[in-house]
Amino acid sequence: MTSKPAKAVQPKSFAFTAENLARAQKIIARYPQGRQASAVLPLLDLAQRQAGGWLPLAAMDHVAGILDMASIRVYEVATFYSMFNLDPVGRYLVQVCTTTPCWLCGSEAVAKACEDTLGIRFGETTPDGVFTLKEVECLGACVNAPMVQINDDYYEDLDADRARAVLQALKAGTKPKPGSQTGRQTSAPAGARTTLTAAKGAGGS
Amino acid sequence: MPKLVVDGREIEVPAGVTVLQACEAAGVEVPRFCYHERLSIAGNCRMCLVEMEKSPKPIASCAMPAADGMVIRTDSPMAKKARKGVMEFLLINHPLDCPICDQGGECDLQDQAMAYGFDRSRYIENKRAVEDKEFGPLVKTSMTRCIHCTRCIRFATEVAGVEDLGATGRGEHMEVGTYVEKALASEMSGNIIDLCPVGALTSKPYAFTARPWELRKTESVDVMDAVGSNIRIDARGNEVMRVLPRLNEDINEEWISDKTRFACDGLKRQRLDRPYVRRGGKLVEATWPEAFGAIAEAMKGKSGESIAAIVGDQCDAESMVALKDLVAQLDSPNIDCRQDRAKLDASCRAGYVFNTTIAGIEAADVALLIGTDPRREAAIVNTRLRKRHRMGGFAVGVIGPHIDLTYKYDYLGGGGQTLVELANGRHAFAERLKAAKRPMLILGQGALARPDGAAVLGVARKLAESFGMVRGADHAAGAWNGFNVLHTAAARVGGLDLGLVPGPKGRDVAGILDGAEAGDIKVVFLLAADEINTKRLGEAFVIYQGHHGDSGAQRADVILPGAAYTEKNGTYVNTEGRVQHGYAAISPPGDAREDWKILRALSERLGFKPAYNSLKQVRARLIEISPTFGRPDAIVPSAWGQFGQAQSPVQPQPFLSPVVNFYMTDPIGRASVTMAKCTQAFVLKPAGKTGTDG
Amino acid sequence: MLRDSDRVFTNLYGQADWRLNGARARGDWDGTKDLIAKGRDWMVEQVKASGLRGRGGAGFPTGLKWTFMPKQPTGRPHYLVVNADEGEPGTCKDRDILRHDPHKFLEGCLLASFAMGAGTCYIYIRGEFYAEASNMQVAIDEAYAAGLIGKNACGSGFDCDIHLHRGAGAYICGEEMALIESLEGKKGQPRLKPPFPAAMGLYGCPTTVNNVETIAVVPAILRRGGAWFAGIGRPKNSGTKIFCISGHVNKPCNVEEEMGIPMRELIDRHAGGVRGGWDNLLAVIPGGSSVPVLPKSICDTVLMDFDALRDVQSGLGTAAVIVMDKSTDIVRAIARLSKFYKHESCGQCTPCREGTGWMWRVMERLVRGDARIDEIGALEEVTRQVEGHTICALGDAAAWPIQGLIRHFRPELERRIHARAAAGAARAAE
Repeated sequence: MTSKPAKAVQPKSFAFTAENLARAQKIIARYPQGRQASAVLPLLDLAQRQAGGWLPLAAMDHVAGILDMASIRVYEVATFYSMFNLDPVGRYLVQVCTTTPCWLCGSEAVAKACEDTLGIRFGETTPDGVFTLKEVECLGACVNAPMVQINDDYYEDLDADRARAVLQALKAGTKPKPGSQTGRQTSAPAGARTTLTAAKGAGGS
Repeated sequence: MPKLVVDGREIEVPAGVTVLQACEAAGVEVPRFCYHERLSIAGNCRMCLVEMEKSPKPIASCAMPAADGMVIRTDSPMAKKARKGVMEFLLINHPLDCPICDQGGECDLQDQAMAYGFDRSRYIENKRAVEDKEFGPLVKTSMTRCIHCTRCIRFATEVAGVEDLGATGRGEHMEVGTYVEKALASEMSGNIIDLCPVGALTSKPYAFTARPWELRKTESVDVMDAVGSNIRIDARGNEVMRVLPRLNEDINEEWISDKTRFACDGLKRQRLDRPYVRRGGKLVEATWPEAFGAIAEAMKGKSGESIAAIVGDQCDAESMVALKDLVAQLDSPNIDCRQDRAKLDASCRAGYVFNTTIAGIEAADVALLIGTDPRREAAIVNTRLRKRHRMGGFAVGVIGPHIDLTYKYDYLGGGGQTLVELANGRHAFAERLKAAKRPMLILGQGALARPDGAAVLGVARKLAESFGMVRGADHAAGAWNGFNVLHTAAARVGGLDLGLVPGPKGRDVAGILDGAEAGDIKVVFLLAADEINTKRLGEAFVIYQGHHGDSGAQRADVILPGAAYTEKNGTYVNTEGRVQHGYAAISPPGDAREDWKILRALSERLGFKPAYNSLKQVRARLIEISPTFGRPDAIVPSAWGQFGQAQSPVQPQPFLSPVVNFYMTDPIGRASVTMAKCTQAFVLKPAGKTGTDG
Repeated sequence: MLRDSDRVFTNLYGQADWRLNGARARGDWDGTKDLIAKGRDWMVEQVKASGLRGRGGAGFPTGLKWTFMPKQPTGRPHYLVVNADEGEPGTCKDRDILRHDPHKFLEGCLLASFAMGAGTCYIYIRGEFYAEASNMQVAIDEAYAAGLIGKNACGSGFDCDIHLHRGAGAYICGEEMALIESLEGKKGQPRLKPPFPAAMGLYGCPTTVNNVETIAVVPAILRRGGAWFAGIGRPKNSGTKIFCISGHVNKPCNVEEEMGIPMRELIDRHAGGVRGGWDNLLAVIPGGSSVPVLPKSICDTVLMDFDALRDVQSGLGTAAVIVMDKSTDIVRAIARLSKFYKHESCGQCTPCREGTGWMWRVMERLVRGDARIDEIGALEEVTRQVEGHTICALGDAAAWPIQGLIRHFRPELERRIHARAAAGAARAAE
């Protein structure tokens, strides 16, 4: 739960790499003087990426220090937003959307395929630390349901077979192409388009 | 002035008030949990929903500004339904453990559930359980009871200035706490117990000891510092069970410090409950006549110059005047109420009180702190300074200890040199002072209780005068007195008002100790004086009158058991010069007696005709010496005058605060188990220092 | 049906180049300077005349909203904050604009900022939209490099900075006050209103929060005139709209259509029809998860716009059409939404924090029929105790789907309760 830090081994210290510190400064510069706290989400994201996909306490304290915020304010933020992982995760964080639009289109089968392929349940990490499987709420790709997010990428228009194929590819060390796994053009209806049928770039010009 | 209608009653309210306040002005009670007039508006509990004409939805009255022409209904079906619904939601996950909850009987949720709740639950799912948090020795948590009103978070962040509390997680998993285990390191932390509307935060020392309806409540005044916080003493039988704040807008608003609240368990330990006389080097129990006889024996043939009296920090004015009169009758000029040797000048009252007043801080625009750590010396004053800071447009400069005051300040320097530079206008902060409309300075005992204290006092007076801190006659429009002395001893201003300082050729505390060591002082009367180095009393015959077996009593040849502040009707004058009456909540233990009565009886035994036989007569004597004693609770402005020695050199050494351990500054605190735990948790532990850090 | 020539989002599917050159070829950033030269008042008038209503779900008239911003300089900066925190289940329209038409949208940001005297615009994009944020950032960088935004944007003399701000996973941040809090670096807990953002928004300054689609249609409205936009659809429900059709249709898709298009036509023409044919339709959630579900009988004739859907006790919301055929466990479909709202409740105010959990738990039991008949009424009452009593609209959003279910599918709820009771009795008899 989010009422106290993860039991996981917490690193004693954390500091941004020089490269990330420069990024952080660039992000802070987007906000007015004295409003540097605005940068807390992007900086926590940066810290999470540097720390290997999760947010240790030391990283939160580091961000609090950079932004001149009380640590508790950063803890509040880190525990509020679902993209911050307070426990270590695998190299691939597989998040299966199960909200109604995906569920209507078969997310249960996709979830089961993921569980079977990886040999773990929701909330677990494979013993080799490569995959973590999670249930996630609507990710906003509903006309391409069902879908999963793996790290930063969306894999859409899945069924059990296609989900299995994606995971098998990752296991084999290759990265499948994100997006629709049936090959259709993004959110367009499958087959012939019903709109924007003129030549490419038609319309406004 | 907006005019609105509340439940059919038309009412005009000041601009800027909320609908909830307007309802109260109209005499209509609106239930609430999260709203608190001294905290920012959260609007989260939704208990205060009322119907507003033209609004399809009920509105949160605590957050809605009252506007002209509003028609508010607090008793309509819409308002009632809203309230009932919110109450049901608050209760579905609240445990039904009222019988074992310390809040029982004084619980807002319990009270309002009686008024607005259903008589049974429709919620048949499992109730939420929340893990308790460890907040340290003072605040007990039972977080399953928490209703997430966030009052404690807002108090810590806004009033106490200790940003440790927050609500982590979200939705029904949101939990109030510190996230990482951490005791609440604030000297004001106990106030969250009062603020918590339910039993989530309760008093740890008081846990399971009493029910509110068993308690006898006595309104009184605190003596743990010189603020004179207004308190309520709750007693059962002859035992003080707890101390709570009492509202006084001019002094402590509705807060008290943790020492004021929690040191009371020290009242039950190490008490002097009978007279003692030293026989053969050992203190043995005695009767009052035996003790008085031993004193009479010791006094026999002693000249006035060889007799001395030192007055402690928590004495009531009645006992002080009785001692003063006794010492005068013994023909001794050697009396002093300044245990810490502060070079305070009793001849000019404006030179030793907090002229601006505590509430007056809110009118100031610049404050200069000289040799003081108000956070530990007078937590309530520091809270007011922080309140002023949060209002904005307030600059604070500090000369003295470089410490966390919970608000930002300009650090000017550590000691006398900076003060002199500033007084001579040779410091950048001088411009801030010049530009200020209502500048104030606060002079702490750390700047005065040193050999050059009189010079510091003089320079501070000069500084106040040259930067326009003292303007206009008393009560005149635009009059302002920004010169302030911050005391740490509850008895001090009263002692100075009564003139408990050496007479002509008399000895002050340093002189008395020197004299005792040299054998010139033969008899020393310690009226609850424990903050001196008793090893320096030499061969003198020591009479200790007080309530605790602290350092004074250990050195004593005769012990006269007195009463603690909770056990006597006494008069105290706070750092502002405000006279206040404290009241006895219980009787003194055993043979102990009210202090002025002991001194009166001793005077009689020593052959003097008593000047007063009743409290009324003693108080008349107080007024005779200083008319301010006839004006309790009021601020009587003091005339400006000459004090201090501005021409003497100020030494460059840094000013140090006299309060090192906030929790143990007096015999009661030193006897308190709770204060010992706080010392361990907040003073010794966090520093993680070894003894050599000094 | 809307003609392609009236479509605003001509690269909706990313079938063409989304970068600056491609966008310019589609007419974006064309004569932007001249539009700015026509002035603030003219812009606001055109937007008012277009009848444009907010595309984020609430449908508040955009032009009117813009007039709430102080006209005279206040000495404080003004902000335009664009809500790209798309998260309403069923909705994925802004995603296409962000990734496929970022320049059209950016031009809208610039013009809207000018119309409100905002020198800074923040685009708050949901954190999970990583690829979309990448495209957006590329577009912003291109626009800066081309002098289209930033100092003297498009040579207009107007200075306008546009920044992208990524969220981190919280549906509630799509609520404008929560979004502002989040943008300030806090938890996304909605602020109380009043004060409204136009008076005290981001950093306490005058602020307007608009949805991505709302802002992205502004350049077309200004170029082609408010009257053009107003001429599409029905009065007070004008213009084009991106619909997201998901669930049990043959070809789920996003499509830009005319406001007020009949639901059946929308589904049949663009989404390949309901799986198994129109007669296999059970129900439709017509505007994203927050609006009440409609049974087939209403779907047969209802038009897809604000007022028509309001008239049938539902709403257009985000125009996310979630289609459910007769195979659907409708109770479970709604129960899953209740779980969503419980998960996304910020926890700040009592009715939502406590009510969403309560409603979900009862819904879970109703899925199994594990309840008493009178609990249906009790649940309905609980939804009414949440609705209208919370700080923000999430409470309403959690209540409405259940109200819709009970309104139209009460017999199904009762059937399950009776069936379970009968099965229990049968077991007991064995």
